[in-house]
Amino acid sequence: MTDTSAAIPAPARASPWQLSDATARRVRRRKRADTRFQLYGVGAIFIALAVLIVLLSSIAGSGIGGFVQTRFALDVTFDEKLIDPSGTRDRAVLAKADYGVVLMNAVSAAFPEVTDRQAKRDLRKLFSNSARFQLRGMVLDDPSIVGTTQKIWVPASSDADGFVKDGATTKGIAEADRRLKDRQIEWIGQLSERGAVEKRFNWSFFTSADSREPEVAGIGGALLGSFYTLLITLLVCFPIGVLAAIYLEEFAPKNRLTDLIEVNINNLAAVPSIVFGLLGLAVFIQTFGLPRSAPIVGGLTMALLILPTIIVATRAALKAVPPSIREAAYGVGASPIQVVAQHVVPLAMPGILTGTIIGMARALGETAPLLMIGMVAFIADLPGGPMDAATVLPVQIFLWADSPERGFEEKTAAGTIVLLVFLILMNAIAIYLRKRFEIRW
Amino acid sequence: MDREADVAEARIDQGESPFRANFALGENSSATPDAGAPQQIAVTAKDVSVFYGKKQALFSVNLNIERNRVTALIGPSGCGKSTFLRCINRMNDTIEGCRVTGEIKLDGTDIYGRGIDVVQLRARVGMVFQKPNPFPKSIYENVAYGPRIHGLAANGRELDDIVEQSLRRAGLFDEVSDRLNTPGTSLSGGQQQRLCIARAIAISPEVILMDEPCSALDPIATAKVEELIDELREHFTIAIVTHNMQQAARVSQYTAFFHLGNLVEFGPTEHIFTNPTEERTQDYITGRFG
Amino acid sequence: MQLTILIAVLIVLTVLAFVYGRKRALVTVGGNRRALHSMPSYHGWFVALWCGLPAAILLVLWLVLRGTILDGFIEDALGPELAAAGPEMHGALLEDVRQLAAGNSIAREPSPALLAAADRYSSLQSSADAAVLVIGLVAAALGLGFAWRKVGPKLRARNNVEAVVRLVLFLCSVVAIVTTIGIVLSVLFEAIRFFGRVPFWEFLFGVQWSPQMAIREDQVGSSGAFGIIPLFTGTIYITLIALIIAMPIGLLSAIYMAEYASPKFRNAVKPILEILAGIPTVVYGFFAALTVGPAFRGFGDALGLSVSSESALAAGVVMGIMIIPFISSLTDDAIVAVPRSLREGAYALGATKSETVVNVIIPAALPGIVAAFLLAVSRAIGETMIVVMAAGLTANLTANPLDSMTTVTVQIVTLLVGDQEFDSPKTLAAFALGLVLFIATLVLNVVALHVSRKYRERYD
Repeated sequence: MTDTSAAIPAPARASPWQLSDATARRVRRRKRADTRFQLYGVGAIFIALAVLIVLLSSIAGSGIGGFVQTRFALDVTFDEKLIDPSGTRDRAVLAKADYGVVLMNAVSAAFPEVTDRQAKRDLRKLFSNSARFQLRGMVLDDPSIVGTTQKIWVPASSDADGFVKDGATTKGIAEADRRLKDRQIEWIGQLSERGAVEKRFNWSFFTSADSREPEVAGIGGALLGSFYTLLITLLVCFPIGVLAAIYLEEFAPKNRLTDLIEVNINNLAAVPSIVFGLLGLAVFIQTFGLPRSAPIVGGLTMALLILPTIIVATRAALKAVPPSIREAAYGVGASPIQVVAQHVVPLAMPGILTGTIIGMARALGETAPLLMIGMVAFIADLPGGPMDAATVLPVQIFLWADSPERGFEEKTAAGTIVLLVFLILMNAIAIYLRKRFEIRW
Repeated sequence: MDREADVAEARIDQGESPFRANFALGENSSATPDAGAPQQIAVTAKDVSVFYGKKQALFSVNLNIERNRVTALIGPSGCGKSTFLRCINRMNDTIEGCRVTGEIKLDGTDIYGRGIDVVQLRARVGMVFQKPNPFPKSIYENVAYGPRIHGLAANGRELDDIVEQSLRRAGLFDEVSDRLNTPGTSLSGGQQQRLCIARAIAISPEVILMDEPCSALDPIATAKVEELIDELREHFTIAIVTHNMQQAARVSQYTAFFHLGNLVEFGPTEHIFTNPTEERTQDYITGRFG
Repeated sequence: MQLTILIAVLIVLTVLAFVYGRKRALVTVGGNRRALHSMPSYHGWFVALWCGLPAAILLVLWLVLRGTILDGFIEDALGPELAAAGPEMHGALLEDVRQLAAGNSIAREPSPALLAAADRYSSLQSSADAAVLVIGLVAAALGLGFAWRKVGPKLRARNNVEAVVRLVLFLCSVVAIVTTIGIVLSVLFEAIRFFGRVPFWEFLFGVQWSPQMAIREDQVGSSGAFGIIPLFTGTIYITLIALIIAMPIGLLSAIYMAEYASPKFRNAVKPILEILAGIPTVVYGFFAALTVGPAFRGFGDALGLSVSSESALAAGVVMGIMIIPFISSLTDDAIVAVPRSLREGAYALGATKSETVVNVIIPAALPGIVAAFLLAVSRAIGETMIVVMAAGLTANLTANPLDSMTTVTVQIVTLLVGDQEFDSPKTLAAFALGLVLFIATLVLNVVALHVSRKYRERYD
């Protein structure tokens, strides 16, 4: 260190930091304005966070119940006279029998004191209608149970299910306004005393298809439908999108046509999704005659919808590969195609995959275009392939949200939770990929 | 170097800046020091070190910047001269992870001390940057912006006066007087840089920091700006970072040579350029490294 | 069946073509690689492409056109039956024939004519498929033969193959244009048919929207009115509410994140806020219907206001929430793009942070912010699920945000969901609305793109 500065004495002066009153006031005012502005920003972020929390918690709050199912135990007598009067155990006969009566008898047996017709009807309403199909399925699986009496857990009806899950909600509401009457509540109490009520995790929610009965409706069909749809989307969109991006980024000459393509992609990215639905309806269904409501149509439509996303992401990834890599490859005499295929694309792959996953996540959550192409129908069977009528998860949520039955509300919310979990997973994978393989040049 | 004592002329014509209290000018301009009297010190740096995250960029620098003189900071790239310059108006505060230790005094007050307001500080220590950076506003608004936020003009007429004076001092007024309302970005590079200088002097700072102000300009524009710097010395204390040693020799009275984050040598420009004490300085000036 | 054979044979042939083409290339030069212009595997690709490509193109063309061509044949066969059934049943009858031919059962008792047509259909289909099989194989063989003879040291196989690859790349990028053309044509076509039945000016300036058409002549009160004004006002109103919510919050949060927040805060909060952007619109719609709508209604009741449970306010507010991350990320881009030197210029003059933001950064980023605003408008008017689930269905021409309102997108959905005859004005109206929507968003996007591009140039 040199010490030249020491020779020069510091000036002895009054501090110039003393400001006149007016100036000081002005500075204070500007400071306050600055603080205020900063508070606006904090407020905005706070509001956004609060909204997110309210949204997620309101959905979680009403959806948790959807994963739990209430079941009642019944001693069911598979009366041979009712099910198979001729005793042939012919499957057609077994299938056609009236299991409603079998169920009703079992219910009556559990509550012998209930005799009044109206009361019996109310009692019957505690049990899900679907129990009949459950009984039928058991008989068809194992005809030897005909003639025996079995203890069977049957799903509670939606109203009874709701009461068992949060009975408190009925308090303080007049009987006439309630879904369950006093005596029905009493019966549930009796069942509970006998140990004939259980709540358990609702696995069937993930495996069964839609149903008119909220208590047995599941998202299995919708999950399969979403899977097929996304599969088609990926198969169509990934190659086309990546190849198109490669062309535009690496090969396209600068001319009117490529300009047009660029502008086009930008505009397509902002076309409302519902318009893609109209396109799918007019082109794939009306013109090409593909089946309505089928995942193949949904997948193709979605592929067109997210094509711009994939192209843009891929181009960004390609652009991030430094020109020096290309020059090095050209320098050893590689052809343009070799440069791109052997050097640029492998380096850009993490970025391309990230973009693709984000595009697929968007396709998974998209609803509106699928309404246009008829994937909004009530479908009680699991789809067997991409040509079968199906629905997808978000559309299932939409359908249930529109249903008047109260029991569907928790199903809707539960379906939403599943959808959000999938989306968060996909995004997490995308973020992980980006972090893991990110190369800083 | 003692002929630089004509500080008496250092009168601010356009009204005193409220931040420029007690500048020993104005009415009692007769009370200026005689030639040969000790020069007043504007900025004192003591043991200044700067860290970017864990990396230390500046090592315990001690330096005094004299009032109404041009002090040039020279040295090879990455030597810390810009970093030091940016400490003087705490511009480093805007860089995340940057930490400054030591003491920098402006008129005897530590600018990194408690209760020092950077806004107030920067009103007293103006800055001109490497690349001209006019705001996306009209020429007039660019210059008027500082006086406006600091409330230096009581009314529109006064503001007009300040703008005109500042542009005149920056030697730009005649070139732009007929198009004050066109965007500042429409000017040529050299004009833009002079506009930025006008913008800086419009709030009558005591010190003007210039961070390679000519590096983005062509030789003719550079000559104009250098000429301007020499004129500005009359009213302002100037610290200038430059790569160009001829420029340092032309415009400055004092020169500080930085190398690898250290202040190697500091002294009168003539001395540094003709008879440096340190060998490293000699090597750099004669072009052996850098 | 025949087509499956064709595909399988083609795949095998192509693979063989590659393998032997590669070998042949080496043979022609006696194993001396250096004598070849291109690497042997390029010769393999060359032969494989000549073998597989023409046949594959033929196959794809046939698959696309098969339905249309065959339909033409059965229409001839079914002539009288079709005429008797009338134009509405046209599509249904053809569908029945196809189902019968595929061996499926159909809803009605098949008439003899239908059965005959179905027979003819299936025989036609199998013979046509057989023809395609033969032609495809011949094409593959010809291509193979041609390429086979070409292989040799002089053949520029790499250049040829790469030209094909380039062509494929180019065609993929053209898909974007084809999609746009597809959208325009499909929407325009039906819209024009719609305007053949409902006058254009009545559509554009009518104030009455009730798309129920009389199914029978004598039905009452369902003349059908297709005036788009109430849909427009509803759309604009809800968009306005959304932007009033989203603009300040999105803008301010982006500014705070970019200029004020510490890196720690930013790293923690930004990803959380990005969750908002990833939530599907159907979830927002459900949120509006489940939580926000009833909450507003309850709040209104407490104040003595009658709030419709499907109020424009609820839909608008939720849509605003949806758009917040959209606006804030676009604004963030614009703010970050403002060069650092401008900020420093302002700080060096002693401006406070808020003064720098308001006087320098926002003006500099303004084109980007304007573009964000326009894109947000475009997003809002095209948004469907939230309004379908939370706004109403009836077209009210009202200015009361507590009333229910309907939007263009809601009407498109209601007109097309459910079983509709494709030719009724009701269905066609959906396409006319789609056209309006497409044009509106297109204009907004083009303007936004133009604005932001102009501004980007300024700092490059």
